[in-house]
Amino acid sequence: MSIIEFRGVNKWFGDFHVLKEIDFAVGEGEVVVIIGPSGSGKSTLLRCINALETIDSGELIVDGIKVHDSKTNLNRVRTEIGFVFQQFNLYPHMTALENIILAPMKVKKVPREEAVRRATRLLERVGIPEQANKYPESLSGGQQQRVAIARGLAMEPKIMLFDEPTSALDPEMINEVLDVMVDLARGGMTMVVVTHEMGFARKVADRVVFMDEGRIIEVGSPEHFFRNPENERTRRFLSRILH
Amino acid sequence: MYIPPALLQVEIDPGAFNPQRIVENYLNFQLVFQNMDVIFAAFLVTISLALLAEVIGIVIGLVLALIRVSAPKALQLLSQAYVDVFRGSPLLVQITILYFTLPLIGIRFTSLFFAGLAALSLNGAAYVAEIFRAGIQSIDKGQMEAARASGLSYVQAMRYVIIPQAFRRVIPPLTNEFVALVKDTSLVSVIGLAELLRAARVLQSATFNGTPLIAAALLYLAVCVPLIYLANALDRRLNRRVA
Repeated sequence: MSIIEFRGVNKWFGDFHVLKEIDFAVGEGEVVVIIGPSGSGKSTLLRCINALETIDSGELIVDGIKVHDSKTNLNRVRTEIGFVFQQFNLYPHMTALENIILAPMKVKKVPREEAVRRATRLLERVGIPEQANKYPESLSGGQQQRVAIARGLAMEPKIMLFDEPTSALDPEMINEVLDVMVDLARGGMTMVVVTHEMGFARKVADRVVFMDEGRIIEVGSPEHFFRNPENERTRRFLSRILH
Repeated sequence: MYIPPALLQVEIDPGAFNPQRIVENYLNFQLVFQNMDVIFAAFLVTISLALLAEVIGIVIGLVLALIRVSAPKALQLLSQAYVDVFRGSPLLVQITILYFTLPLIGIRFTSLFFAGLAALSLNGAAYVAEIFRAGIQSIDKGQMEAARASGLSYVQAMRYVIIPQAFRRVIPPLTNEFVALVKDTSLVSVIGLAELLRAARVLQSATFNGTPLIAAALLYLAVCVPLIYLANALDRRLNRRVA
């Protein structure tokens, strides 16, 4: 049974048709990697899932909730989804710990002590318990992104979305973030990841989606994409990112 | 542009230079010390006016700014109209209208202090509103996205994530605004409130000596100059942290 389902979804930015007739579903516990050239609509597709972007036509159903319906309470959908941004977007006026406990305390009304206990466990899970009381400015990019992942996990979501989570990182920090994501994937989390890290895709992705010019061009296993991608555009794109 | 020659005439007469008269008429601080109680009381009026007007201005200004960034279009336009009217007309005119014209529609200020405070607060609110609006809009939009993505409502996101950051950012411009406010309190002297400038001028006419004016100027300087340096220092510190 699918937990995310796009049915004939279209979206425009002004005159620019950014998503064209998207039909696509993600099953519970599935890990999907979305690749594609910049401007292909992959980030927009991801941002539609938790309603950071609205769709103009079609249906989008997440965990049984109609995200496209204007009557839907979007906060309810969002509490089921953790989102990790390319630029981390940690709150700079709060410590790592405070970043993590804010939403559980304010949205789910978890008592502070309990929220702190859970946040501490999450920081251990992402490998940086000792950074709990530091502000984002004194953390490295890799540490910041791991705090951001912990923040996303703090609401105990059913789905984690990652928007190019390693693109803003220095090369030596990419793996520490990918390792956390691999653990999460192996733990059974439903994940949709926009990334060009094909090593990550190969390790844990169930399916890879290639997008170009607002359309889903090709869907297949990571092996399929490494061995014999069918579409000419897919091949050209992969030859550029796989050196 | 045509400037009548008469307007350009400045007479330079080195023979008129009279150090003794300068000292007698403008640096006769004995006279000031004899009337220290009057000057000090007036100085307290000036400081209370400025502080109270700043606090009230911040409260009204924050509301105006929030309306400007969050409320329905019609309210936004009202807020903008308020800011335009109070920033676009001379404070001296506003004070005069408030005290001398409002009685014609049945609103009479029986306390000079309250009339002055009202004018300064309403005027200050317009400037503060612009400072807050700029501060809120300067916060990276990723912050709002991260907050909303975690399930916080718009109001919660503003309250816990956006406004605390904006507050830090507006402290230097608010300090500068306070400096302007301290000096602007002198305009309230037109309605006869015994603030610092008014008291100095009363003393000047009573003693036929200009020293009270010099003393008043020194008191304004003593308050404003440290604040200007403080604002600059805060600004530098803030820029360093952001960079």
